[in-house]
Amino acid sequence: MSDIRDTAVSPADLAAAEPAPKATPGRRERASWLWLLNARLVLGLIIIAIFLLGSFVLPLFAPHDPAQQATYMKNLKISPAHWLGTNGLGQDTLWYLIFAVRNSLILGIFVGIGISAISTAIGLSAGFIGGAYERIVMLIVDSFITIPLLPILIILGALIRGNNNFFTIGLIIVIFGWAWNARTIRSMVLSLREREFINMARFSGAGTLAILVREIFPYVSAYLVVGFINTILFAINTEATLAVIGLSKVDVPTLGSIIFWALNYNALFTGNTTWLVAPIVATILLFLGLFLTSTGFNAAFASRRGVA
Amino acid sequence: MIRLNSVVASYRTARGSINAVDGVTIEIPDGCILGVAGESGCGKSTLMKLIYGDVTSPMALASGSIEYGFGDAKGRPITSDNIRDQWFNRISYIPQSSMNSLNPVVKVGKQFVDFPGSDPDKKRVLAEVREYIGKLGLPVETLDAYPHQLSGGMRQRVMIAMATFFQPELILADEPTTALDVVVQKDILLLLMDLQEQMGNTILLVSHDMGVHYQVTTRMLIMYAAKAVEYGDSESVFAAPLHPYTRMLISSLPTIGDDRARDGIPGRPPSLWQELSGCRFADRCPLATARCRAEEPALIEHKPGHWAACHYAGEMTQRAEAA
Amino acid sequence: MAVILKTEGLNKVYRLGSFTRSREIKALNDINIHVESDKPVIVSVVGESGSGKTTLAKTLLRLVEPSSGRATIYDQVVAGAGATAHGRTFLAAVQPIFQNPFEAFSRYRPVDAYLHETATRVAGLDRSQANDAVAEALAAVGLDAVDVRGKYTNQFSGGELQRVSIARALIPKPNLIIADEPVSMIDASRRMIIINLFRKLKEEAGRSFLYITHDLATAYYISDFVAVMSKGTLVEFGPAKEVMSNPQHSYTRLLLDSIPTTRTRWRPRAAKAA
Repeated sequence: MSDIRDTAVSPADLAAAEPAPKATPGRRERASWLWLLNARLVLGLIIIAIFLLGSFVLPLFAPHDPAQQATYMKNLKISPAHWLGTNGLGQDTLWYLIFAVRNSLILGIFVGIGISAISTAIGLSAGFIGGAYERIVMLIVDSFITIPLLPILIILGALIRGNNNFFTIGLIIVIFGWAWNARTIRSMVLSLREREFINMARFSGAGTLAILVREIFPYVSAYLVVGFINTILFAINTEATLAVIGLSKVDVPTLGSIIFWALNYNALFTGNTTWLVAPIVATILLFLGLFLTSTGFNAAFASRRGVA
Repeated sequence: MIRLNSVVASYRTARGSINAVDGVTIEIPDGCILGVAGESGCGKSTLMKLIYGDVTSPMALASGSIEYGFGDAKGRPITSDNIRDQWFNRISYIPQSSMNSLNPVVKVGKQFVDFPGSDPDKKRVLAEVREYIGKLGLPVETLDAYPHQLSGGMRQRVMIAMATFFQPELILADEPTTALDVVVQKDILLLLMDLQEQMGNTILLVSHDMGVHYQVTTRMLIMYAAKAVEYGDSESVFAAPLHPYTRMLISSLPTIGDDRARDGIPGRPPSLWQELSGCRFADRCPLATARCRAEEPALIEHKPGHWAACHYAGEMTQRAEAA
Repeated sequence: MAVILKTEGLNKVYRLGSFTRSREIKALNDINIHVESDKPVIVSVVGESGSGKTTLAKTLLRLVEPSSGRATIYDQVVAGAGATAHGRTFLAAVQPIFQNPFEAFSRYRPVDAYLHETATRVAGLDRSQANDAVAEALAAVGLDAVDVRGKYTNQFSGGELQRVSIARALIPKPNLIIADEPVSMIDASRRMIIINLFRKLKEEAGRSFLYITHDLATAYYISDFVAVMSKGTLVEFGPAKEVMSNPQHSYTRLLLDSIPTTRTRWRPRAAKAA
């Protein structure tokens, strides 16, 4: 048991070794959010911003419903009229893609919020309250973790093929996807629970809810941000997987359904490679943006941690 | 004789450079036990790392040099550049936490014989080691045990055994007993003193505990805010400290049986980030004058074998004796 | 005379391992301490790591349930059978100071938030009274409320944070403050500031302290009573000066013998050349 910390001046100590500023009470740092920014995060946010703006604003200017088939001549090449050409169903590829990205993002964010909310509530409470409550809850969590999501979705999709409500898919992903994050958050809380400042809060008169919200939550919030973005990734990915197999509601434009239609209509054989390549590139870019943002946040949070 | 010539160690960070050791010039005679004392952040651990040659980015030896006074196998003089080759051979290191230094999944005996540059005849080395650790008070079974099976005191003895097996000229011990019980600490310190007497090597001991320094050391180096403020024979430093910081440090520690009032030194060492001029202890020093703030005192030999960096060296003791 | 601290047959057994192969560790083995006094006192519990002194502190703070036995603080049963102290009454009577000042506060909250929380929730004061109480407590430890307001843990030194901790513990005017190794993570040159503060608070504010430490020298310096623990057992107890100058138990003697002091040398110094 070492009482004395390493007395060599480590860079983390140096950062902390400023004389306490006495002048202005109540001021924490110069700008509270500037520390967040690093190259990776900025790039990721820019990409996501482009996608968000593009997919939510541009549809307002769509000349007509891109999902409507036979609007144009089939398989037209790239031209000023059709920036990505048209596809085998007579739809404008670009407009379809824009709507597809929008729908995928809506699904992703909806699932992200759902999963984050449920897993946070369950993880925090199970980790902190402990006892029989924790044991029962973790039993449920572990059961859900071991249930494989994709096979279930495939089975469901096969059973109600074509009659899938788009948001039912989202709901099912939430139901089967919350468990993993809940477990992670619970383990974080388990270790936080032992820390001295929790006892300090207790002796300051704080009750369980106050401790959860004011003491524990800030330490978990970094993970939550990263987890939220990863969940979006996960949701879009799962939906796309289903759509490519044809088990999602393929009438609704999503990144996956484009690929489904393109494969079913032999885009490569008809020479309409744009139809297939465009959604793939868009998916890759979107995932890149999400990934960069997620790891960018992670890096930013980590760089702030002195002695965590 | 180990010579430190104006040694400056700097750390490079995103905010700029900081000198954790700022110009230390001392000569360490052979065969002494030098205690290095000072509060956290004073630079003593950095100084140890420098002397040991454990200099990795962001730390760097910004200026100055270290002469070790002993040569390598070929007789070439050893300096800061090639001291690394001599680890566990001519110079070794006893760390504070043995659990962080021993591989937890490898038996102790195997770790001993796996030293770099060891004799390829492992069996013979093992036999020698067995004999050696017996002298340190460790049972032979120690070598067949895993680190976690040994008590803290035994592990630290293993570290000392490793550090002294090749009879190095210089041993650096960074808080070697801080993590140990006070009873075990005494045994370990006595062991260290015995070994030093037998082998005649030089030991540099960093500790925050002035009592340990009093018991074990023959010379003392007191550091404050990256500077050496006092250096000299232990007896002299403890009996009549020249620098006010040393004096206040020693007299702030309570001893059993002594009922005099004690007081800590209020304030903090200055931040090394800012521009520092004059004596770095001036803000906390009861003797400080305008001269102290303007002019940085040099480490001067005020008494034979006893240096201090203070314009009013010895005055606190004089006043106390007069009172 | 008020019973400041009384433990009766306090036991704490930890079971390690699973059903079939388990080991028992007796962290506390039949601890019987009895301290009675009219005036506030400082009681030190000294021992090495593994002695059980921290477990004792945690039991008295109700962070750990004893396996058997009872503990009473100022006539309130705080641990064991018949524990009557609950919630706010307990918090208002017993307050802790922890070892690591940097861990004692959340990184994300300003430290004075804890002081205000204590003032409103434990001491039951309203907003303006709380502000006064906080300022008063900080002044008692030598800090200015203006210098503390709105600041986070990384803006203080260890010693300052520990003083904030002490201020927080003072606010509900507790009968007993339990300090678990409060100065071991503070620089040697600044320890006495905190130790002297304990003495001052005992004499001027009338607070009793339970000082848990492995440092016998500081224990000797401020304690009225000393309890020596070894491997979960209480080996010696009595008035501080007596125990230190005339130890009865061999372990206490061993402990006192092993402390490196700056008075007498273990080995006589051979005349060494400069």
